[in-house]
Amino acid sequence: MNGLLGKKIGMTSIFDDAGKNIACTVVEAGPCVVTQVKTEETDGYNALQIGYGEAKEKNTSQALRGHFEKASTTPKRKLVEFRDFDIEKAIGDVIKVDEVFTEGDLVSAVGTSKGKGFQGVVKRHNFRGVNDATHGQHNRQRAPGSIGAASYPARVFKGMRMAGQDGNRRVKVQNLQVLKVFPDKNLILVKGAIPGHKGSYVILEK
Amino acid sequence: MDAINFVHEQLSEKKDFPAFRPGDNVVVSYRIVEGDKQRIQDFRGDVIQMKGHEGTRTFTVRKVSNGIGVERIFPYSSPNIVGVKVLKRGKVRRAKLYYLRDLVGKKARIKERKRISN
Repeated sequence: MNGLLGKKIGMTSIFDDAGKNIACTVVEAGPCVVTQVKTEETDGYNALQIGYGEAKEKNTSQALRGHFEKASTTPKRKLVEFRDFDIEKAIGDVIKVDEVFTEGDLVSAVGTSKGKGFQGVVKRHNFRGVNDATHGQHNRQRAPGSIGAASYPARVFKGMRMAGQDGNRRVKVQNLQVLKVFPDKNLILVKGAIPGHKGSYVILEK
Repeated sequence: MDAINFVHEQLSEKKDFPAFRPGDNVVVSYRIVEGDKQRIQDFRGDVIQMKGHEGTRTFTVRKVSNGIGVERIFPYSSPNIVGVKVLKRGKVRRAKLYYLRDLVGKKARIKERKRISN
């Protein structure tokens, strides 16, 4: 699988040839540095580890500093591994957007979704709540309702959908079309939305 | 933000419409595609709002057709907008003329701006 690390810049919309307005996300993808090449002989599988985003040296552990030094590069914020990368790359090489993505490709975007905090079941699991304000309802409008039977099983089943932390988790969106690639600015234009806030890191996979 | 502006510089069509602003009476020529035929339709009315910036700018044109108010939102950089013609420049004190929706008849008129500063 080929891919790149990038940063979500924001959303906008452009017009296609048919005059349709298309919502799209601008992502700064790469340039990424190859920090490690894993091979069948040494690691048991083939993969490429790439890094992106400048990190301060004082915030990088001694172990990672040594790891980056091996690739003769500056410390990076994010590291990610892609198995069976099609493009031949050696350690320390730089990968740019246009090497991996071309217009019309379908890609997946992985990011950390926006954190919503502790949310009730209506927002978190799309429960309907109680649709009546009258007929004996009092402060029950967004309540979850019954969470199970009584003396048998005498417990709540595991995985019962309840209130709790919403968002701020890893989310993957598949089959996003690449509308445009700008190699000089390391930008890529992807149709639709990508999880996460502006400036958050995203993994684009092909 | 810079990156988004760059994207619009590259991809959005540059429009050379005459400058117009809320309160102006305009004719918008819009291309309509029906199957493999296409025609140009004119929409005449007052501009009641302009919003957004760069490639995502839009403006709303309002007219009263057979006593019924009709509003249409046009994306400024849509390739389907063939042209905009300014017929009258209006003298208004607000950027968004939503109050016109509540007015009918002679009250809903917009005074003409005689002295054009820009």
